[in-house]
Amino acid sequence: MAESDNIVVETAEKIFADLADPQEINNDKTNSWQAPLWQALSEAGLPLSWVPDGLGGSGASLADGFALLNAAGRFAVAVPLAETMLAGWLLAQARIASPEGEMTVVPASPKDRIMLDADGALSGRARGVPFAKAAKHFAVLAHGKDGAVVALVDASKGRIESGLNVGYDHSDTVTLDKVQPLSIKPAPKGLDQTTMMLMGGVARSLQIAGALESMLDISVRYSNERVAFEKKISKFQAVQHNLARLAGESAAALAAATSAADAIANAQSFNDEVYLEAASAKIRCAEAAEKGGGIAHQVHGAIGFTMEHILHRYSLRALAWRDDFGSESHWAVELGKLVATRGADELWPLVASR
Amino acid sequence: MTAALRFDPIRLPEKCEQLRKEVRAFLAEEIAAGTFDPNKPNREDTDAPEFSRRVGAKGWLGMTWPKKYGGQERSFLERYVVTEEMRVANAPTRRFFVADRQSGPVLLKYAPEHIKMEILPRICRGEICFAIGMSEPNSGSDLFAAKTRATKTDGGYLINGTKIWTSSAHIADYMIAIFRTSPPTKENRRHGLTQFLVKMKQPGIKVNPIGQITGQYEFNEVVFTDFFVPDDHVLGEVDGAWKQATSELAYERSGPERFLETYYVLTELVRAVGPSPDTRSAEGIGRLVAQLHTMRRMSVSVAGMLEAGKEPVVEASIVKDIGTVWEQQLPHRVRDLAAFVEETATNRETLERQLDFAIKTAPKLTIQGGTTEVLRGIIARGLGLR
Repeated sequence: MAESDNIVVETAEKIFADLADPQEINNDKTNSWQAPLWQALSEAGLPLSWVPDGLGGSGASLADGFALLNAAGRFAVAVPLAETMLAGWLLAQARIASPEGEMTVVPASPKDRIMLDADGALSGRARGVPFAKAAKHFAVLAHGKDGAVVALVDASKGRIESGLNVGYDHSDTVTLDKVQPLSIKPAPKGLDQTTMMLMGGVARSLQIAGALESMLDISVRYSNERVAFEKKISKFQAVQHNLARLAGESAAALAAATSAADAIANAQSFNDEVYLEAASAKIRCAEAAEKGGGIAHQVHGAIGFTMEHILHRYSLRALAWRDDFGSESHWAVELGKLVATRGADELWPLVASR
Repeated sequence: MTAALRFDPIRLPEKCEQLRKEVRAFLAEEIAAGTFDPNKPNREDTDAPEFSRRVGAKGWLGMTWPKKYGGQERSFLERYVVTEEMRVANAPTRRFFVADRQSGPVLLKYAPEHIKMEILPRICRGEICFAIGMSEPNSGSDLFAAKTRATKTDGGYLINGTKIWTSSAHIADYMIAIFRTSPPTKENRRHGLTQFLVKMKQPGIKVNPIGQITGQYEFNEVVFTDFFVPDDHVLGEVDGAWKQATSELAYERSGPERFLETYYVLTELVRAVGPSPDTRSAEGIGRLVAQLHTMRRMSVSVAGMLEAGKEPVVEASIVKDIGTVWEQQLPHRVRDLAAFVEETATNRETLERQLDFAIKTAPKLTIQGGTTEVLRGIIARGLGLR
């Protein structure tokens, strides 16, 4: 597990440990944990980490915010922290101040588009929007006749069809029908729907990597406790080799996600090299969620398949996060096209670019 | 938390990128001069002594070693760049690769000073080739079951026994081998083996080539009959090779050669599908590139840890496990996608020829230098399971 070496992550981990303990949350059938957790995160300024002081946020660096998302993944945090961070980031790109409270980003899939009409109203349908039902505001990336725009929208102005993702978190369909935004600005050069999806994809990659770190940890611990055939199951070579593979998947996810985060945090623009990093992170972390999560369940046996056990809080969320901001197959097609366009002899220079 | 696996995002420093340009220019010249064909990994004769000397003259062998032994005192990250560029170009590195990666560092650590002064500069000049004598007919992964005996005699040892699967022994000038100097003890079955420097091409050593399923003859059986090794060729502690054998593994296991061995088929597939691939090809290529990129970032990260003086044994084993399984599957995934390549693709024949060779190469990749099973055992130990 990564040791926190910055104040943002330290603060967050303390709050998660106090108010988002996976076992206590899992025992709580009334969701009474949600409000105090959100309040503590808000008081610490964490949901608006990526919003500068002057726009209502706490002005943390991109790198610190990414590390915070990794920590949130390790606790399988089920409040719209990542979503509010991404929404605040998007608004800040267009110098729009962030309001208080929960937010999410619209759209959350590369396939959906919101359009800006000549009257300045927004229309369109976005599926799979995480935590739309909990959000007070939407940060919207829309397309007008003069290019991309960023808008802040009162969530009550949209129609929301409620849904749940594989991990039992809200994933809703948002329909905007000639909605007047609270604020709207042109997107800065270089910010478009693709870069927003890549940013969201890297956020999800870090969360998946965090969930895998925890799955590895609880699986190793369980294998050292559970006795079968008169010995700890950790002593069986078949179990050891499965856990070694889980460690590999966890390591690959963490390496891909932190490398992409580092690339974005230090990039001047979303060039081909950053595109490779971000798309690869989403692809590889999604693959690791499937392979690694599968092993964690196999090690736990039937107990891990129960609602009482915490494993599903990680395994199902990691699987659900694959779907947001473009699935791994979406990004694989896009990355494949990029590689093909550049040509065979430009593949290695791209891979070896940093 | 039990598992403290870290792969920090290392960025290669600017001097590495300058070096990369130099290596690419050098390799382009060698290709133009006809030294090797980058599209033909399946060449029959993989030995290229003149190329080896020219690489040495560039200062790219033993480049991390002290200057007094012919090295350049450059970083592991710089060495990493040279290694990966050579590998991707399919350059004929056989003659110097083992000496540069493994044997030199062992000598640096355990050889007496006069041996270091004699041999290390020659490695740096690309003059000499090394082999590694570990496996025997009845001991492979179980290194410590080795039986080839080193019996004490006046001024040295007499060696009797057989090493097997010894890559490059037929061209090697030296071998670093482990021989049995004492029986194992009850308390420690790893006790009793000693590491030796062996000068090849002498009476008492017979090298018998072994054909591989690729059609190549790269590994050998090496038979020792009353072969004399002088005392000053003992490397490290007598009977204590087991203490020395593990610390080098991080160097050996995590390099770019552990996932790039069949890389050429991916380049050739991209060439064959052209600039407008169908959805299936695009997705297949995208996934493979994402997996490749991730492994390289992990591997670079381990190189960074080595540079920082750490011994990331578990992380290195993870890189080799994931990397070798990937490079083993790669030709088969490329074959799946190649089935849809247009008949008119101009490089179709090259791709098919490369696939034929890569598919035959694939089985060895998860065996050589530590099997998948051994690696997973090491990872499991790192997780606290053993």
